[in-house]
Amino acid sequence: MFELTKPQKEIQKAARDFAKGEFDKEIAYELEMRQAFPKKIWKKAADLGFLGIHYPESFSGGGLGILENVLITETFCRSDSSIGSALTLATSASECLLRFGGEEIKNRYLPRLAEGDILSGRALTETQRGEDFRNIQTTAEKRGPVWIINGVKQYVDNGGDPDTGLYIVLCRTASADSSPEAGLSLFLVEADRSGLTLEPVGKKLGNNLTATARLNLNEVEVPIENLLGNEGAGLTCLEQYFDESRIMAAARAVGNASGSLDRALEYVKGREQFGKKIAEFQVSQHKIADMATKIELARLITYKAAWHFDQGKPDSSLSAMAKLTAARTAMEVGAQTIQLFGGYGFMTEYDVERYYRDAKVIELQDGIKDVQKDIIARSVIGKIR
Amino acid sequence: MEMLGYTHAHHEYRERLRLFLEKEVTPNANQWEKDHIVPKSAWRKMGAAGFLCTWADKAYGGQGLDFLYSVITAEEMMRTQQTGLVAMLHSDIVAPYIDSFGSEEIKKKYLPGCVSGDCITAVAMTEPGAGSDVASIETTAVEDGDEIVINGSKTFISNGINCDMVIIAARDPAVENKHAAVSLYIVDDGTPGFTRGRHLEKMGMHSQDTAELFFSDCRIPKTNILGKKGDGFMILMQKLQQERLMSAIGSVAGMELTLEGCVAYAKETEINGKPLSKLQSIKFTLAEMATDTRMNRALLDAAIVGHMAGENVIAETMMAKYASSEAGNLMADRALDLFGEYGMLEDNELVRSFRDVRITTIFAGTTEIMKTIIAQSMGL
Repeated sequence: MFELTKPQKEIQKAARDFAKGEFDKEIAYELEMRQAFPKKIWKKAADLGFLGIHYPESFSGGGLGILENVLITETFCRSDSSIGSALTLATSASECLLRFGGEEIKNRYLPRLAEGDILSGRALTETQRGEDFRNIQTTAEKRGPVWIINGVKQYVDNGGDPDTGLYIVLCRTASADSSPEAGLSLFLVEADRSGLTLEPVGKKLGNNLTATARLNLNEVEVPIENLLGNEGAGLTCLEQYFDESRIMAAARAVGNASGSLDRALEYVKGREQFGKKIAEFQVSQHKIADMATKIELARLITYKAAWHFDQGKPDSSLSAMAKLTAARTAMEVGAQTIQLFGGYGFMTEYDVERYYRDAKVIELQDGIKDVQKDIIARSVIGKIR
Repeated sequence: MEMLGYTHAHHEYRERLRLFLEKEVTPNANQWEKDHIVPKSAWRKMGAAGFLCTWADKAYGGQGLDFLYSVITAEEMMRTQQTGLVAMLHSDIVAPYIDSFGSEEIKKKYLPGCVSGDCITAVAMTEPGAGSDVASIETTAVEDGDEIVINGSKTFISNGINCDMVIIAARDPAVENKHAAVSLYIVDDGTPGFTRGRHLEKMGMHSQDTAELFFSDCRIPKTNILGKKGDGFMILMQKLQQERLMSAIGSVAGMELTLEGCVAYAKETEINGKPLSKLQSIKFTLAEMATDTRMNRALLDAAIVGHMAGENVIAETMMAKYASSEAGNLMADRALDLFGEYGMLEDNELVRSFRDVRITTIFAGTTEIMKTIIAQSMGL
């Protein structure tokens, strides 16, 4: 129960070897300066089958589960938080296509995503807060054989990257009057549709290897088959999607935290102050102990949530717990790592500050803490008379 | 409840300074952050307007004002969204070394420039191998006739590029006791053998020029010493108290500003049709932030009162520095949660604060050093 299978360990090792050979601190630094996507590494990762490992083999995927996807993501982010995040977000929200799309449209795009031919972007949020579903103003209107989409989306990942091929867009398909949340539907919108424009939002606190943009949709026309899931089922689909995406966010956070700890360990064993290694001070040792303990907890709950998902028993509460715990862990471990590094921790030259910035972005995306707690509480408390 | 005895004149100074900063400093913040440095002319404007070294004696061109003016300046600078024009470092950390331990000749030479902003100052203690462990510095100062020859390197020096003079800690290799070997010397910009290394890239405080400094057979007159030979460590330990107090003032003022920003945001932002501020979790979060801020303000003000009265408030100052820097970081972190995804955009000014405050638990003595000193104060 508490051991990965042999094939899973092999995947982990393959991911580790790949990251060791391809990821590099200097590359990450340079890409962050330019806010550029790690295109070469992405192509290689796709060639080796690391992308879409959770898609069926018929769509060029690995035919494996989300736990395997977690292992790859965690290993990549541990090796380099920003490069790892960018690679795993290369197929952002493609799970909406995978889980809710028709066969034909899946066949058209999933192989291209898995093969590193195109990136996908997630276009859900409109106001400053992602969970504000009542306020979704983007509309999709059925006109004969097509849907016409109008609206503006914020914080669209991979938004405007020249390699981005499609966006997953949340739209209102029925009036918000009766039930504001029932009239939402999910659409796949190809990046080359006319009426679609993107505005970059500038630099972010972290995760700068993945572009973020504002997406403007002006009379954008898509065919019927681009509707993912049933009309009006957008929110239900999204809830299922978040069960998965939160596990993946947790995996990025576990990787990020482990990467910080790796660097902290190397530093405290090498650096001397007051005639001793930093690692020889009891307080440093206890810090390391706390960090390792938190990471172990975060990893266990993330694996458990992934395992549940793979058993066909996705658990919203467990996914939310994993995301909440892992992101907080990455922040706490990141802060302590910088503290152990002292002044060096604040310098860009040592990448622990980048890990810490990336960690905060993980914590802010896929629902902030309060959103996760609302979900967990709903499940734990149940109905209140 | 006001613990500090602010007078009408203090309030007037604050108003005047705030207007000056809104006009001359804040509008430049984004550019300076991009440039990774502040133009020297900005320092001179601050000086000309009477906002640098307000405590300096009139004999040296100063105004002879009390420490509360320094407190006000430090607090108001926190509103400017930039950290490069770091008045508190220059006015209340470096220049006081000259005032307290410089010879009359040195004071006459440097203090008027410190007041006018023509002489930007820096202090260089930290070395690649000596951070918290100040006594293990390796930069050497060797007497040669009427001169001192300095060799070594310093790092993480704020104002490192802009400084017109730098106070450096160096050791006499002939003295075995490592504390007794340290002396403080003044090195002017342009002295042969004094060069800048890298202009360092940091997580935050981008407008501040943080640099490496190198000294290679750098010769200065023997008279460029602060205090007596071998006094260096004692002087540093004495002056670090005010440095840590200044750091705490910055942290608490930062918390107050963050709180202000968060409360305003919670009131004006609607989510699912309700103002954010109507959510119980948000109310409690803001209540906790306000409480943390007030607790730190109370501890800080008590330390300021004691510091101004010349009492021994070493432990209280260390507590204020440690507590406010840790609380400031926690608060900057929680503040971003309030914003959700908007909390990750550099457009959001609280993102800059989040990046800037990370160093506050490290600089001017780490939290661990603060706790060590607090423990010592209890006889542990």
